[in-house]
Amino acid sequence: MPLLDVHELTTHFHTREGVVRAVNGVSFRVEPGETIGIVGESGSGKTVASLSLLGLIPSPPGRIEKGTAVFDGVDLLACGAQTLRSIRGRAISMIFQDPMTALNPFMRIGDQLMEPLRVHEGVSRREARAQAAEMLRLVGIQDGARNLDAWPHEFSGGMRQRVMIAMALITRPHLLIADEPTTALDVTIQAQILELLARLQRELGMAVILITHDLGVVARVCRRLYVMYAGQVMESASTDELFARPQHPYTEALLQSLPSTHVKGEPLHTIPGLPPDLIAPIAGCPFAPRCAKATDRCGRGTPALQEIAPGRATACFRVQDGEL
Amino acid sequence: MLKYIIRRLLGFVPTLFVIATVVFFLIRLAPGGPFDAERNVSDEVLRNLEAYYRLDAPLHEQYFRYLWDVLHGDLGPSFEKPSRTVSEWIAYRFPVSLELGLYGLAVALVLGLCAGITASLRPNTLTDHVPMTFAMAGICIPNFVLGPLLVLALSIHLGWLPVSGWEYPEDKILPAITLGVPYAAYIARLSRGGMLEVLSQDFIRTARAKGLSEARVVLRHALRGGIQPVVAFLGPATAGLITGSFVVENIFQIPGLGSEFVGAALHRDYTMILGTVLFFAALILLFNLLVDLAQAWLDPRVRYE
Repeated sequence: MPLLDVHELTTHFHTREGVVRAVNGVSFRVEPGETIGIVGESGSGKTVASLSLLGLIPSPPGRIEKGTAVFDGVDLLACGAQTLRSIRGRAISMIFQDPMTALNPFMRIGDQLMEPLRVHEGVSRREARAQAAEMLRLVGIQDGARNLDAWPHEFSGGMRQRVMIAMALITRPHLLIADEPTTALDVTIQAQILELLARLQRELGMAVILITHDLGVVARVCRRLYVMYAGQVMESASTDELFARPQHPYTEALLQSLPSTHVKGEPLHTIPGLPPDLIAPIAGCPFAPRCAKATDRCGRGTPALQEIAPGRATACFRVQDGEL
Repeated sequence: MLKYIIRRLLGFVPTLFVIATVVFFLIRLAPGGPFDAERNVSDEVLRNLEAYYRLDAPLHEQYFRYLWDVLHGDLGPSFEKPSRTVSEWIAYRFPVSLELGLYGLAVALVLGLCAGITASLRPNTLTDHVPMTFAMAGICIPNFVLGPLLVLALSIHLGWLPVSGWEYPEDKILPAITLGVPYAAYIARLSRGGMLEVLSQDFIRTARAKGLSEARVVLRHALRGGIQPVVAFLGPATAGLITGSFVVENIFQIPGLGSEFVGAALHRDYTMILGTVLFFAALILLFNLLVDLAQAWLDPRVRYE
């Protein structure tokens, strides 16, 4: 049984300019203890999808229109604020992109670290402090006891992201959602944080959803990948399969755009055009206007994500029909 | 920390010196003199008076002798009310203004913070618009209108509260409200703005992601940053509140420092004007220092090393 089974998640933002269809029927699942990756460009809806799961969408204007997200037998999208609050920070934790702004500048590191323990488990202050110091050590911050009294502004970006990770994991959650955890960090620090996440994932046996636009990052740590575009899942496959044999033309174009695949002297490969405006209703495949392989068919009706082989699914008419 | 405070306190001296100088010459530029209102005074008496108050000496001599006295803590005798020195008048009247000001401050903080924070929690809904409309009205209605309106409604029509006076606890309710409401309105708008700013920050999302209750998110994570604009405003506001309001003191017949100050200006009571101005200035400087200390306490990033 999957740990988290998301089905047809749809989140829209009702703005004055119109309805922004940020997430349109996204389905994915996470098995206990595994790491999956959700990749996509900025604005593809990957962050909104993950925030929707925890009820962290600013509302209004955001609204979850439909879908289910069953975690441990509970539908996160229908269980109500009270239940969701008891799951957030205890069974499911989340870390965010920018560690410089994600910590409260007005609270000491230790107080912020202890908060999930104090709130969810009613742990005494003394005991929580001991666990917080231990957790800091686990994420590689030495002299944890002294650093508990430090303020966030006294820490560097990498240190703060370590604190964020420690705070997310202090309650030993079953699932960690990491939203671009390395994007705001220096390259050398990025590798350290990824290794730290991978190590803690093994040691604590939790599942991880890694959300990123960086294909290099997911290749290193994820077992399965979901490729998102314009609020939809375009393709899902195991990491190896996806890199070796991308099926969807978007995935293919994305992999070709990696600078590492680029031949020296040739111009860099880019995907022509821009992602669609999510306010205007999309007829047909959202990628069709930029797709080199699109036919007339692609403009009529939106392709659904369909399994084309065990463990592989794609949302492309032509692949589903065996034409590509 | 202590060094910082001492340095700031020493910084008061040049500021007060400049204020004393400017006011000393400004009031002497104003037409009329302290004894113009006295009738049928013979030249001889007038000369005696001027000699007693040193007004016959050259201006620069008057100025330096005044500064010398002030440096020794002597604000001089009052021209208009010679029964007491200026310092004694301040000591006599200020406690009344202080008391009224503190009540007004309490009204301002309680009303203002409640309205502002409530409004910030659901922006652009009814719970935002209603308090903010009242806040706008509170800013727009001057207290010489608000005070008499309150008296008319609550004292004269309903008979619940006394019309004026400063003796019994119930005397103090209407003046405190009249004095506090405009400040409450400012505080409501400032706290709403500050809270909205903080509530949109990433670390609030982090706090929610930790599964904290909304009350805890607001009180423990947002409030400290959200009230910063209010704290900055409280320095000059407190100084203004406790030094007495001429309007409120006149409406309710309260023997405070505010009416004393305006009376002194009308009567060209030179030493009284200078004394009260220096006293107000010192209080404003002091409260600004307190605000800076409070801000450093609230926000670890601005702490002075």
